[in-house]
Amino acid sequence: MTNDLIHATAAELAAKIHSGEVSSVEVTQAHLDRIAETDGKVHAFLHVDTEGALAQARRVDEAVKAGEQVSPLAGVPLALKDVMTTEGVPTTVGSKILEGWLPPYDATVTRKLKEAGVVILGKTNMDEFAMGSSTENSAYGPTHNPWDLDRIPGGSGGGSSASLAAFQAPLAIGTDTGGSIRQPGAVTGTVGVKPTYGGVSRYGLVAFSSSLDQAGPCARTVLDAALLHEVIAGYDHMDSTSINAPVPPVVAAAREGLSGDLSGLRIGVVTQFSGEGYQQGVARSFEAAVSQLKELGAEIADVSCPSFDYALPAYYLIAPSECSSNLARFDAMRYGLRVGDDGTRSTEEVMSLTREAGFGPEVKRRIMIGTYALSSGYYDAYYGSAQKVRTLITQDFAKAFENFDVLISPTTPTTAFKIGERANDPMAMYKADLCTIPANLAGTPAMSVPSGLSDEDGMPVGLQIMAPALQDHRMYRVAAAYEAARGAFGGPSL
Amino acid sequence: MTALVELMDYDEVIEKYDPVLGLEVHVELHTNTKMFCGCANVFGGEPNTNTCPICLGLPGALPVVNAKAIESAMRIGLALNCEIAEWCRFARKNYFYPDMPKNFQTSQYDEPIAFNGWLDVTLDDGEVIRVEIERAHMEEDTGKSLHVGGATGRIHGAEHSLLDYNRAGVPLIEIVTKMIPGTKERAPEVARAYVTALRDLLKALDVSDVRMDQGSLRCDANVSLSPKTTGALGTRTETKNVNSLRSVERAVRFEMTRQAAVLESGGEVTQETRHFDESSGSTSPGRKKETAEDYRYFPEPDLVPIAPSREWVEELRLTLPELPWERRARIQKDWNLTDEVLRDLVNAGALDLIIATVEAGAKPDEARPWWVSYLAQQANTRGVELTDLPITPAQVARVIELVNTGALTNKLAREAVNGVLEGEGGPDEVVEKRGLKVVSDDSALEKAVDEALAAQPDVAQKIRDGKVQAAGAIVGAVMKATKGQADAARVREIVLARCS
Repeated sequence: MTNDLIHATAAELAAKIHSGEVSSVEVTQAHLDRIAETDGKVHAFLHVDTEGALAQARRVDEAVKAGEQVSPLAGVPLALKDVMTTEGVPTTVGSKILEGWLPPYDATVTRKLKEAGVVILGKTNMDEFAMGSSTENSAYGPTHNPWDLDRIPGGSGGGSSASLAAFQAPLAIGTDTGGSIRQPGAVTGTVGVKPTYGGVSRYGLVAFSSSLDQAGPCARTVLDAALLHEVIAGYDHMDSTSINAPVPPVVAAAREGLSGDLSGLRIGVVTQFSGEGYQQGVARSFEAAVSQLKELGAEIADVSCPSFDYALPAYYLIAPSECSSNLARFDAMRYGLRVGDDGTRSTEEVMSLTREAGFGPEVKRRIMIGTYALSSGYYDAYYGSAQKVRTLITQDFAKAFENFDVLISPTTPTTAFKIGERANDPMAMYKADLCTIPANLAGTPAMSVPSGLSDEDGMPVGLQIMAPALQDHRMYRVAAAYEAARGAFGGPSL
Repeated sequence: MTALVELMDYDEVIEKYDPVLGLEVHVELHTNTKMFCGCANVFGGEPNTNTCPICLGLPGALPVVNAKAIESAMRIGLALNCEIAEWCRFARKNYFYPDMPKNFQTSQYDEPIAFNGWLDVTLDDGEVIRVEIERAHMEEDTGKSLHVGGATGRIHGAEHSLLDYNRAGVPLIEIVTKMIPGTKERAPEVARAYVTALRDLLKALDVSDVRMDQGSLRCDANVSLSPKTTGALGTRTETKNVNSLRSVERAVRFEMTRQAAVLESGGEVTQETRHFDESSGSTSPGRKKETAEDYRYFPEPDLVPIAPSREWVEELRLTLPELPWERRARIQKDWNLTDEVLRDLVNAGALDLIIATVEAGAKPDEARPWWVSYLAQQANTRGVELTDLPITPAQVARVIELVNTGALTNKLAREAVNGVLEGEGGPDEVVEKRGLKVVSDDSALEKAVDEALAAQPDVAQKIRDGKVQAAGAIVGAVMKATKGQADAARVREIVLARCS
């Protein structure tokens, strides 16, 4: 029974809970047990909120028993990335600087999940302040890839994706600044979606890079991701950059895609994302996916987006610049860590000592890069130029979407690497986000759907699907059709 | 402790140098809510009660621009004859300070909402100077630091500091002038007159409380001296903490004499922020910064650009009230005032009060004397501005009405006003409490007159003999007996009737 519950999809669980076949408490408990059993090895969670989860599950069960209409995912458990504030529940963002902080408010995403009756199991591990591609930068130790515990689960949202792959949760929330949902999705064999920028409110998402950060759904199936997408998306007056437009019909698109017909759909293969640096197994998996999409009726051709070559350097100026300012507030004055306040030191000294002790090396590196890039005399050459590249990338996307409905590429150049392998080589680490960053810079939606396992190392590979802004449903349709054609590819044994 | 500072005689300064002014005024808007969140925007209040995750800069919180603040900024811009930007953004000004929760201030930078305007400023003698406005931009206020344990209340020597974030995120408009050259010996006066004119304008627009004493209007005065021999621009200092109109004038004057003495001794003026001390009337250097401040401005990514439509701008232009100078011109014509009288009323800060009193029902000729003489004296005695007297124009109008209906004599009216100033309530309440009603009962007056005549038979005889002027002594005695609550004219009539 427990085994069935943890392997079921969110859609299946919701149906069972809402029909009274199984209670949300049972489903929740099964997942809490699974976490207790496996998280010593995986370390996907930073905080498990057993009481809060069971209380929410009981509320849903009572509502179901009372015959109340409940929302589509009511009673289904979810793992929440520790970057979203949760009232009264620790929110560390993977950093020592926020250790012990209990936020006095819920993020909009948190609030929407609670209102929809979703059961929040706990908060998942992440690279500190979402800076990283391996979750090794967490101040609380790395998360391990359930497919191979010696390998990274991707990052920054490694905890969320690993919890899905480890069957600790059927649903998770991630945030994607340069690929932090899609890359972990790819390397753990799960689905990860970065919606259109502004599609999901950022209120309560502890900022890394404001103009790039976007929360999105993570799941093991495309339909589950779509169901979660519709719960968290929508205009929010608390976020000025939130889009005041109807939520794209992603659930309908996912269901439509399951019919398996993509005839007439034009798919562009981004030529910039292939060749040198791309693992053979990843390339072969991608080619197989292209063939399957053709069989489903799609028309596929190459498309060149030359500015994408400059996406990585532009990203590594814009994101650190914004982070240098966003992270200035962590100064020991109001919340979080406070170091050296022994009555003899000045405010500046306490601020400085706290930041020195509270931030990890990667966060410090980016604060320094960003501070430099924004300084007077360098702004135009760095931040200014990067913004121009951003415009060019947006134009490349627009041009490509004149001829194609969606674009595709591998999600990452390689499968999951070994823990520690790239820890001392930031450039190698940054390259994990090569294919995912353009969509962040352009604000367009993109997702990763598993394309099976690499024939070299048996590790999962991801197929990235990109769509124009507010056309999120297009990629769900393609992903669902592809997912059905691809078939099952097994799961990790823990 | 203020170190001794060499100063040059003012006339000598003017002989040798031309002062150049630049004024930056920060205005706190009195919108209901703060600039980027829904917290109440009120002065005072228990520390840290008007705060929320947004104005406390908690992790994850995001700003949303207050539309009313944008509207106020645009109205200020229009009243200052500025152009209104078709598209503009907020930026982040990055620096660490504990009273700034995010360690960056969300402020406009190179894209202000309003720019290129002017304000005509009338000096005490009626001369009009046009001050060019560089820009008016929106920003948020910081919290307040209270430094405890030091001698000066400043951070130097303090044992610890307390932070109150009630003010954090209050909407501010910063209005910056272009360089104001050519004011010569009148530079201090021009500075004061500019801030006064701006204050009156902002009051007319009803966008701010414009209380310098409460910090809702703050002025930073930039002063430099240009040697007459070379005409080269001098190094400027920026003086902060200038908290009254008089201080604006004093601070500018002090800086002129200080800088001239520095230059005269062969030294160089240091470009720095200085702090005005109200009690000594002098300025002293702010804390020295070890490194040049680099605010690393960049566009605020959490806010979308503001692009006010031209229709909106024109709509707002139509909402502009009668501006102070238009109002003055109208009043001068309507009340038939000479330039001189008008100027005196303006300089005394009495014009708006008189207008308000007239609007409350009094005639201009009745309202004027109250404000320019009796109430002006009271303000002077109390050491406050006329506007800060605890009496409203409506209350003055009511006192005038009570005089006109005969309920109060002029003397009683002044006593009623005193009661209002003492906080005893409104005019009617004071009249009631102090028992100030005119004794209009003739029989009571007749009785008092008879008693007075009986007490002074020789005077009574004189009146009967036709020496009418002797009646004054009897009237005086009756007024004394009725504690001034009788109408003296009526008493006189009764006296004459009794003695005829």
